[in-house]
Formats: sequence, structure tokens, C-alpha cells
Amino acid sequence: MLRLYNVSKVYQNNVTALDNINLHVRKGDFLFLVGPSGAGKTTLARLIFREELPTRGQIIFNGKNVVRMRPGEVPFHRRKIGMVFQDFRLLPLKNVYENVSFALEVTGAPSKEIKRRVPEVLKLVGLEGKAKMFPHQLSGGEQQRVCVARALVNNPLLLIADEPTGNLDPDTSWDLMKLFQRINEQGTTIIMATHAWDIVDAMKRRVVALSRGRIVRDEEGGAYSYGA
Amino acid sequence: MGLNAVRYYFREAFASMRRNGWLSLASVGTVTVSLIILGCSLLLVLNANKLAAALEGMLEINVFLVDDLDREKIRQLNEQIKFLPGVAEVEFISREDALKKMQQSIGADKLEGLDYNPLPDAFRVKTRDPQQVPQVAGEIARLAGVEEVRYGQGLVEKLLAITRAIRIAGWVVMILLGGAAVFLISTTIRVSVFSRRKEINIMKYLGATNWFIRFPFLLEGMFLGLAGAFLAAVTVFYGYVLTVREINTLMPFLPIVSQFGEVLPVFACVVGLGLLIGAAGSALSVRRFLNV
Repeated sequence: MLRLYNVSKVYQNNVTALDNINLHVRKGDFLFLVGPSGAGKTTLARLIFREELPTRGQIIFNGKNVVRMRPGEVPFHRRKIGMVFQDFRLLPLKNVYENVSFALEVTGAPSKEIKRRVPEVLKLVGLEGKAKMFPHQLSGGEQQRVCVARALVNNPLLLIADEPTGNLDPDTSWDLMKLFQRINEQGTTIIMATHAWDIVDAMKRRVVALSRGRIVRDEEGGAYSYGA
Repeated sequence: MGLNAVRYYFREAFASMRRNGWLSLASVGTVTVSLIILGCSLLLVLNANKLAAALEGMLEINVFLVDDLDREKIRQLNEQIKFLPGVAEVEFISREDALKKMQQSIGADKLEGLDYNPLPDAFRVKTRDPQQVPQVAGEIARLAGVEEVRYGQGLVEKLLAITRAIRIAGWVVMILLGGAAVFLISTTIRVSVFSRRKEINIMKYLGATNWFIRFPFLLEGMFLGLAGAFLAAVTVFYGYVLTVREINTLMPFLPIVSQFGEVLPVFACVVGLGLLIGAAGSALSVRRFLNV
């Protein structure tokens, strides 16, 4: 579903963020992207999302070459990918329901579908009772679940989460992981960049370790590091 | 574009204008002032043109004859002038008639010391088209027996020159102020984009198309331009109605453009230009600051 061929990204200040990455993500995968800060995890996510173009190499997502995409195709590419952020990025002046429905509104979805789909997703993430609340009235874990709901409402093929537990306490983090597992079981592919070694070790999923822009390890049911 | 999207565009555009109240007001004000000037100069030009046309219509050629021509010669000249191309009407005024008219207009007592008639025999010639006056006058001047030809040389030219000056001054002021209006609207939109940059960023993540993101801002600019144009149109309209009323009582002989159908294009122009200024201003900012 997602393939990266010899992908490199060199920034203008000659910093090599990614160095000859080859990666194949299959449909239904739940993949942890691990490695120290600056290893290239975020850059990789940005390339897949087509926020940036690689210096070299090709990225194929869902049968389309992301690198050769025309600008007009980019929004439609992004609708197939849900993004979950460490800092949630919710709109403070919109309530939970509106934050989620916004994702459908910007794609021009008919209001009938919005009315059907938003409660469905809110139920999935366990926020059906908090639709009318505003982000500042919610806990961090709840805000993150709004963010997940927003990412899922478009039925994406792939969910990319960049440090989703970075601002959450351990218990809440585990709740979020259970949610991710449920989403993954329903068929959505998940790529999660993280520092949370305890989560990675316990989940026993595919682990891709990056170091200085290179893939140094790629194994199924892996752990955060060799030492663990 | 679904109904939902349209509703979204309008809601966002209005919310944004409320958020940047003062700046929105300033840009509307600038549009209003520049379009008031445009409207006024257009109306002035319109009226100057009408006045010029009216004056041209009144133009006639005075043909003075050499002294002591016999009646037969005068009759021949009359025929010759009448058959010149472009001539509509020829009227003979004998020197006796001319003196009588002069006595009537300036008073017989003032001419008492005059013991002879200094005036020549004359023709008064009208042309079919005021534009032909100079040419016809030239041809009459070449005829034998004609001493001098006079018409309102310079008057029409002067009026046309004034019209042109008004038009040019109007354009210059309009372009300067229009530029300022475009600049202010683009600043308003830029602030509006800036204050919503987080939201725009999120929209990009959610897969909104560029046009979906841009359209509310374009709409906002067009509303600002339109609001300014509307205010200008109302101001100019009432100002003009009052002016026309005043002129009609003070100087009823002046030909004023007062048919609604005649001034309508001026207001259409004002409103259209307001829309254009608004669209141009926001397009400028949206292009430069929304590179998605």
C-alpha cells in the first residue's frame, strides 16, 4: 500500500534528514517508527503526507506516485491519510462535534453524510457524550481522541501519528493505544512515530528503527531497542 | 460546489470581517472615497459632454459681406452658400435689420451720436452637423463678395479641453486612490489570513483544496469592495440629486444630465469597480500568503 524507494531528503543547509530509505508498508500494518530525536521520523511522515518532496527517490501510496503528483491532486491524497499530532491541533473555538465535522466540511461532503458519520466516529473513540464540549474543557487524553476522531472521519487508508502519547500520562497513553488497536483491527493501516519504548515493547508490532536518517532495523514483533 | 460549501464560504467571510472590524472599516472607507471621486468625475464628464454638444448645436456661422453689393449679387451668394455641402439653413440679415436689432439690444439712446450705419450686410448660416462648422466656414470665406466669416472658434475646443482635463484628473486621482484601496483590502485580507493561519494549516492537513481555503478570503475582499462601492453610489446619487435640483433653480438654462437611464452607467461603473478592487486586493494576498 505504501512503498518508499531509495528516498533521501537533504535540506538546504546540507543536513541529511533521510538517507536512502526503502520501506514497504502493507495494508493493515501497525508500524512503530522509533529512534532518537532528529533521526528522521517526522521528516518521513511529512514526505508521505506530501508536505515536502524528497531530494531523491520515489514514494508510491495507494498506487500513486506521491512525488510526481500534481499540486491539484495533493488535497485528495491527504484525504486518504489521517494525521494525529502530539499537540492535537484542535480548533479552540469549535466544539468537539464541530472539530470533527470540520474535516468533512473541508472536503465538501454533503451534510447528510456529516450528520451520519460524525456521531459514529465520536462513538468509536468514546466521546459520544462530549460532542458539545470545547477543547479547553477536555483532558489531554480526550483532546487526543478528538484528534483521532477527526483523522478517522474521512475513512483514511492510513493513519499517521507523530508522538501521539507525547503529552499524555501513562494510563491515558494506554487507553489511546487500545483505541489504535481497535482502529487497526477494523482495517486501517497505522504508522506511529514514538519515543515511548514501553508501549512499543508491550505491543509487539512491526518496529522500524531510524538512526541518522537510515533504517537500522525493521522487524515484526520487535522491541524499542536491542537492549530491552 | 455543494450548498454546504457555499454556506461555509459566506459564514467564514462574515466572521472574518467582524474579527478585523477596524481594518475592514478602513478599507471600506478608502474604497468609498476613491469611488466617490470616480463617480463625481464621471458625472462631470458626462455633463461637460452634454454641454459641449448643446453649445455645438447652437453654433452658427456669421458671414459678413463687402459693402455695396447689389441685390442680384446677394441673391447669388445666398444660393451658392445654400448648396454648399453640410449647410442646413441660410438667413439673410440686411444692414438695416442688423442696426435695428442692435438698437433694441443695447438701447437706441446709446447710439444717438451715430449718423451712419457701420454694419455690413450678413448671412447667418447653420450647418447640419456642428463638426462641419470650421470646414463650411472656410469654404464660405473663399466666395467672392464675402468680407469676413466668424463662428464660435475656440469655444467648443475649450470646452472639450476642459472635459479632457476633468477626465484625466479624475483618472489620475481614481487610480491613486484605487491603488490605495486595493492595498488596504489586501492588508485586511493578509491580517485575516494571518489570524487564521492555524486553522488554515489544519485545513491543509485535512485535505482541503486550495480553492476551498482561498474562497472565503476572496469573498471577504469582494464584500469589502462592494460595501465601499454601495456607500459611494448612495453618496454620489444623493449628492447629484441635490446638485441637479440646485442648478435647475439657479441656472435653468444649463443642460444637466438628469435622466435616470443616462446616469445609470455611472453607478454600474462604481459598483463594478468596487467589486473589482475588492477581488484584486484579496487575490493579491491570497496568492502571496496562501501558498499551500
